[in-house]
Amino acid sequence: MTHRLDRSLQVSALSRVEGEGAMRLVTAGGRVESVALEIYEPPRFFEALLRGRTMGEVTDITARICGICPVAYQMSACHAMEDACGTNIPVPIQDLRRLLYCGEWISSHALHIYLLHAPDFLGYDSVVELAQAHRPLVERGLRLKKAGNAILQTVGGRAIHPVNVRLGGFYRSPSRAELQELAVTLRSALDDALATVRWVAGFDFPDFAHEHEYLALVSPGCYAIESGVPTTDRGLSFPVRDFESHVIEEQVPHSTALHARLAGRGRYLTGPLARYSLSQQWLSPLARMAAAQAGLGETCRNPFRSIVVRAVETVYAVEEALRLIDGYVPPQPAHVDLIPLSGKGFGATEAPRGTLFHRYEISASGDIVSARITPPTSQNQAAIEDDLRLFAGPRLELDDHELAHACESAIRCYDPCISCATHFLELTVERRL
Amino acid sequence: MKPKLAVWKFASCDGCQLSLLDCEDELLEIAAHVQIAHFLEASSASVCGPYDISLVEGSVTTPLDVERIRQVRADSKQLITIGACATAGGIQALRNFADVDEFRSIVYARPEFIDTLAESTPIAAVVPVDYELRGCPIDRGQLLETLSALLNGRRPRGPLHSVCFECKTRGTTCVLVKGTPCLGPATQAGCGALCPAYGRGCYGCFGPATGAPAHAKKVFNLFNSGAPS
Ligand code: SF4
Ligand code: SF4
Repeated sequence: MTHRLDRSLQVSALSRVEGEGAMRLVTAGGRVESVALEIYEPPRFFEALLRGRTMGEVTDITARICGICPVAYQMSACHAMEDACGTNIPVPIQDLRRLLYCGEWISSHALHIYLLHAPDFLGYDSVVELAQAHRPLVERGLRLKKAGNAILQTVGGRAIHPVNVRLGGFYRSPSRAELQELAVTLRSALDDALATVRWVAGFDFPDFAHEHEYLALVSPGCYAIESGVPTTDRGLSFPVRDFESHVIEEQVPHSTALHARLAGRGRYLTGPLARYSLSQQWLSPLARMAAAQAGLGETCRNPFRSIVVRAVETVYAVEEALRLIDGYVPPQPAHVDLIPLSGKGFGATEAPRGTLFHRYEISASGDIVSARITPPTSQNQAAIEDDLRLFAGPRLELDDHELAHACESAIRCYDPCISCATHFLELTVERRL
Repeated sequence: MKPKLAVWKFASCDGCQLSLLDCEDELLEIAAHVQIAHFLEASSASVCGPYDISLVEGSVTTPLDVERIRQVRADSKQLITIGACATAGGIQALRNFADVDEFRSIVYARPEFIDTLAESTPIAAVVPVDYELRGCPIDRGQLLETLSALLNGRRPRGPLHSVCFECKTRGTTCVLVKGTPCLGPATQAGCGALCPAYGRGCYGCFGPATGAPAHAKKVFNLFNSGAPS
């Protein structure tokens, strides 16, 4: 193969990611000069169109930021508004929220593992091709995804943009009998989830480790999903209300998504790898055992192995859903009323892709004065670009097609959700002399 | 030759195309009957047009989108818009009533980098559309019915009545009785009357029912504000 020093390679439409974007890689003198994730998702201006709406509309509006993790948006929004109004949420409602959120984790993780990411490890272009060769495997993934959606449908009314969520709780509490039916589905989903961990643990993972600081919510004693304290693996911890003084967002010309960094510290990573590394000690015994058998230690720094971490989190979410259903007492009433109070409120939850922060300022009459939403993908973008630089460096010998393919699958490790980039992949490799 | 199916995305949340992947029981069956020629969210392989069926999600919000949707139309025998974004501009159409420069500067420190049109436009305002599926998101059952109709060469059945009708079919007690405001009477059916079944009024995510009086369309001011009147 001829070794060219200057190259320009473009993957103009990244596939199997949520939303649309591109990647541009510039090499010079046989070294990577720059990597840019170009997000060309058209801006939808959510933060602006929330202004002047009434606070009660926030759950229906912010859900529409992302069809893959609407519950995450609804939950972060509820927490922020409840914080602004000083409302305490009774434990049974908190538990029902956690159950709903487990549904989203299961559904979103199964989607990513089976439909978006596994084809890369096995050399297929899509799940349809994968199914032609391994139909029972794909059927297992679809069953698992369906089990997650069943929770979303029963508790939320529908899987995409649930209608049953409101500030303060729910419109209606599902009955015990409705949830018992779910439990039957979930018990077999647990076997599917465990089999998934064994399956993905056997994939071939490139040798790769990054050094980013990890940020996730931590809630000592349980694996943080719907609440917790922002914490990093290097000793930083701060209340949710201080999020914006620690996380600085900047606009970059090549993207409609803002880039984030930790003040005085730099780029960082949020998402399954961060959560696992900060909270694995609080996984259920079964999930911990599955993790150990899959070869995961106390931390995981290889983004390619995130598929294993997602599978372990899926096991946990299924078990956690079963536990919550077992102890379920329908909250009566299903919600508490919020009394609007002029001021600011802050909320953060763990979306399947990482920490999702919301901040609202509301008026005494309950109108939204301003809104700030920081989704996981924009927090991760700088770290992803840095990893791609490291990853592509030793692989410049590959031809353009192979290199593009390798980089694209590296990007998919982060499960970037580009639609979520409220404020925002094509791969171009430019090889210069 | 299997018919070629393409899925296109414009300004949207991905929820409507996800509805296709959410057909867990039917997905592999559908894949056996069509060639998935372009579906970025699901496949890295992309085949050139012409396409027999194009599903289009999202609204037109940038100058590039206008070019793109014209190309999709030129390459597609049947073009079906899926969801409120595509059929009525979606939630982002709220900008149509605002100053976009101001919107841009609220979100971005350097608004000059962001290329956007002043309005979020339904697909049908730019190119002719063969069928439309309403909803935010669309209903899976309606999607399957439409695909199977088109693959079998018959006209898709779309509901013409309102959400009220579906409440009656489902046996849900009318929420208006308890004094809960509800857009059900003016909203196109299709969701199976979900919200009333959860004790809340319909908020109109399927947009105005055919035949809803023009003055009633004003209430669709959240997800379907760009619906043609
Ligand atoms: S219509 Fe609703 S669900 Fe569909 S893409 Fe638009 S915002 Fe998402
Ligand atoms: S009842 Fe109305 S708002 Fe609720 S899902 Fe149906 S159409 Fe949408």
